[in-house]
Amino acid sequence: MANQREIENARKNRLEIINAGLKRRDLFKMGLLTSTGYLVNKNGLSAWAFDDNNCGRGACHLGCSPKITPFLDPLPIPPVLPERTLADPGLSPAPQESPNNAINPVNQLPFEGRGQFNGTLRPGTDSFQFFSQYPPQHYFVQRMRANSNFRITSDTNIPAQTIWGFNQGGADPSDVAVTPGPTIVARYQQPIVVRRFNELPPQNQNGGFGVPEVSTHLHNFHAGTESDGGPCRYFFRGQYFDYYDTLQQAGFDSTNPPNGDINESMSTLWYHDHRVDHTAENVYKGLAGFHLFFNQFDTGDEGSGFHLPSFPQFDIPVILTDKLINPSTGLICFDTFENDGLVGDVQLANGKVQPFMEVSQRRYRFRVLDGGPSRFYQLFLTNPNNLSQVIPFWVIANDGNLLPTPVQVTSFRLGVAERYDIIIDFKQIAAQFGASVVRLENRLQQNDGRAPTNNILGAGRGTYCVEFRIGAQAADGSVDPATAPHFYDLPSTSLTDATVKPRISRTFTFDQSDGGWVVNDRFMSCNQIRFTVQRNSIERWVLQNDGGEWQHPIHIHLEEFQILRRGDRRSAATERSRKDVLTLNFDERAELFFRFRDFRGDYPLHCHNTVHEDHAMMLLFQVQDVGDNRTSP
Amino acid sequence: MSDITRRTLLVEAAATSVIAGLFPTGTASPGTASHWEAIPPRELIRQQHFPNLQLTTQHGRKVHLYDDLIKNRKVVINFMFTSCAKACPLVTANLVKVQRILHSRIGRDINMYSITLDPAVDKPEQLRLYAAKHHVGDGWLFLTGKPADIELLRRSLGFVQRNPLRDANKMNHIGVIRFGTEACMRWAACPGLAPADWIATSILSEIDGPAKGRIKGDPG
Repeated sequence: MANQREIENARKNRLEIINAGLKRRDLFKMGLLTSTGYLVNKNGLSAWAFDDNNCGRGACHLGCSPKITPFLDPLPIPPVLPERTLADPGLSPAPQESPNNAINPVNQLPFEGRGQFNGTLRPGTDSFQFFSQYPPQHYFVQRMRANSNFRITSDTNIPAQTIWGFNQGGADPSDVAVTPGPTIVARYQQPIVVRRFNELPPQNQNGGFGVPEVSTHLHNFHAGTESDGGPCRYFFRGQYFDYYDTLQQAGFDSTNPPNGDINESMSTLWYHDHRVDHTAENVYKGLAGFHLFFNQFDTGDEGSGFHLPSFPQFDIPVILTDKLINPSTGLICFDTFENDGLVGDVQLANGKVQPFMEVSQRRYRFRVLDGGPSRFYQLFLTNPNNLSQVIPFWVIANDGNLLPTPVQVTSFRLGVAERYDIIIDFKQIAAQFGASVVRLENRLQQNDGRAPTNNILGAGRGTYCVEFRIGAQAADGSVDPATAPHFYDLPSTSLTDATVKPRISRTFTFDQSDGGWVVNDRFMSCNQIRFTVQRNSIERWVLQNDGGEWQHPIHIHLEEFQILRRGDRRSAATERSRKDVLTLNFDERAELFFRFRDFRGDYPLHCHNTVHEDHAMMLLFQVQDVGDNRTSP
Repeated sequence: MSDITRRTLLVEAAATSVIAGLFPTGTASPGTASHWEAIPPRELIRQQHFPNLQLTTQHGRKVHLYDDLIKNRKVVINFMFTSCAKACPLVTANLVKVQRILHSRIGRDINMYSITLDPAVDKPEQLRLYAAKHHVGDGWLFLTGKPADIELLRRSLGFVQRNPLRDANKMNHIGVIRFGTEACMRWAACPGLAPADWIATSILSEIDGPAKGRIKGDPG
């Protein structure tokens, strides 16, 4: 392999220098040593060379990570974030409608980061919309901290890692941060406030990547701009930020007062950092967790409502992330000089390398999330003892939106930030396939951060993400997807109702220009709002991927959309859904239908390959009472 | 004649932490726990991204990249070449605006560097003329060097396209500005044609941001 040859040549060259007995001064004159004695990092001398595949010291490249034994650890189930009362010291002073901009004498910054825009306080802004109409009923606290004793595997070859994550809200050091962070559970019509403290380490203790300025986005709740956690609303170490959610479905102040349209209910969301220019490294470092929403239909109790498997025992969130590990230090690494995206060769589920889960013979709901930074997945169930078996399962939700009815599949694709809720019936699998073990396997080949190849690998040749060990039978009160239960209706669109007409159509073209990422040939700026949507109106958006080399998962905040048309093909059954991430294939064009309702303020549209996002593939738009007519903003 | 024996070189090399780079890794086999090295992250970044190559400024001064231009500094880096027709002059003009916005700091605590992608043609004289033509202010260095070194530098700094055809086209490397604070391991990039006020704001966020939230005694 070229890689080995280069390393070997470099080693021989270095030994030659030593054997020649060259003086330090000779080496320096030859330009091989710096004045401080470092050997110059030149091709042919150092192990580093042009080649991406070089695994020398400092290398953070695909193929260089040490091999880690899989299936050693149980799948971590993130703890549910405990609720707190206003008597809790963490909630003093209490959350208030307008930001707490009083100056903290300890660090000369406002106590609360809300009201800051791109780091500068804008007094009088970012009060909680609708706060007095829907006062909070539940309070939560989280503290973002480093954890330097985090194990991604019990394989003793791999050292403990330093991650940045979320704790359960306590002030004590013993309340350690984890990744994924604790799962926040909320119920519709019961408004909440989540107070987040930034207790991350100073910048120069970031271990090589990570920026301790954060903005936590709830992807993809229908929320006010002040609570949305957008890219420009980051806050600093020593501050807190209160995030308030009305917990009403979209339409609560427009089409369906006072509680919104039940068919706009969402279930599986995630919270993650969104700080402009540094989202990729911060989320990669661990700043992500799940946020689940229940209501009178998706109740969390399989005895009621839609009878979906009971939470938490049979309802499991799973975040898939891939990492690179430095072959010299054994530590997770991230190259902040990279432009295309990062794909890793170490596969994690809920923060552990390829874990296993003991399951009973009954149905489980898994909420599967592609946590990025850049990888696409095509997920199958594989019986490692019989690779030829094709094992079906059910998709019940797309991007956290329950489908009208379950769809049976044998695989599904995820782009960064997409979520699919699936139901796996282990009793049926054991009976029909005689399997004692099945593995969630990613068979989509991807070699770099740009896009996957077109190659779906054969069973067993992909990357296993989670191993399910099927045990004894257990009582199952959940609905059988094969009985075709009905969940929600899809809200009308211009396709289903001729009276529903967009106020305007806009086009967004995604491309690369002179090395930087563009939307409509322009770049992201916190100082620039590109267009104005009219509150409580309908828009049709055309998304066009003009870069033939990259695939882009495009995400829009505030509202879910429906796909009117996609390329020249009909949407798959699993995509006849509300969604918030649309993966644009090479040169693909898609048309989306939006209702923009209730809230006023600015929100982003961006590619969710977080490395592209950080290199400006994003724009800000706003929703206000009077919209504009820019069709290619 | 040679004062430096193999043993002396080994000792000196050890003292300057070069030893692992000089010799193959120790006797432990790769992948075992005793194999891991405690390399400071700042050092890892230096090894991957800042080869200590010799460059020449538009004033003819010889400098080494890491030691003289990057180490402990706050820097703004982009690539250009003097014969570049369309976008480079626009990016340079944009950066001139940025320089004016940040005028009190450029050349003081913030260093701007433009590196040529055409070192065979762009000697110090050409760079000086280009800078003058664009009304570049003081404190902003234009750099050239040996072609092989410049190529290595371009790749080290991440101005790369994975597609070899795109990578061979110089125009695909002139649109991005990379900036950061070396000692803090904080790096960001921004398009060269983004609005100048946004570039200036971004640079300041990167460089001054860590001071916010600092309490007394905080290393920051």
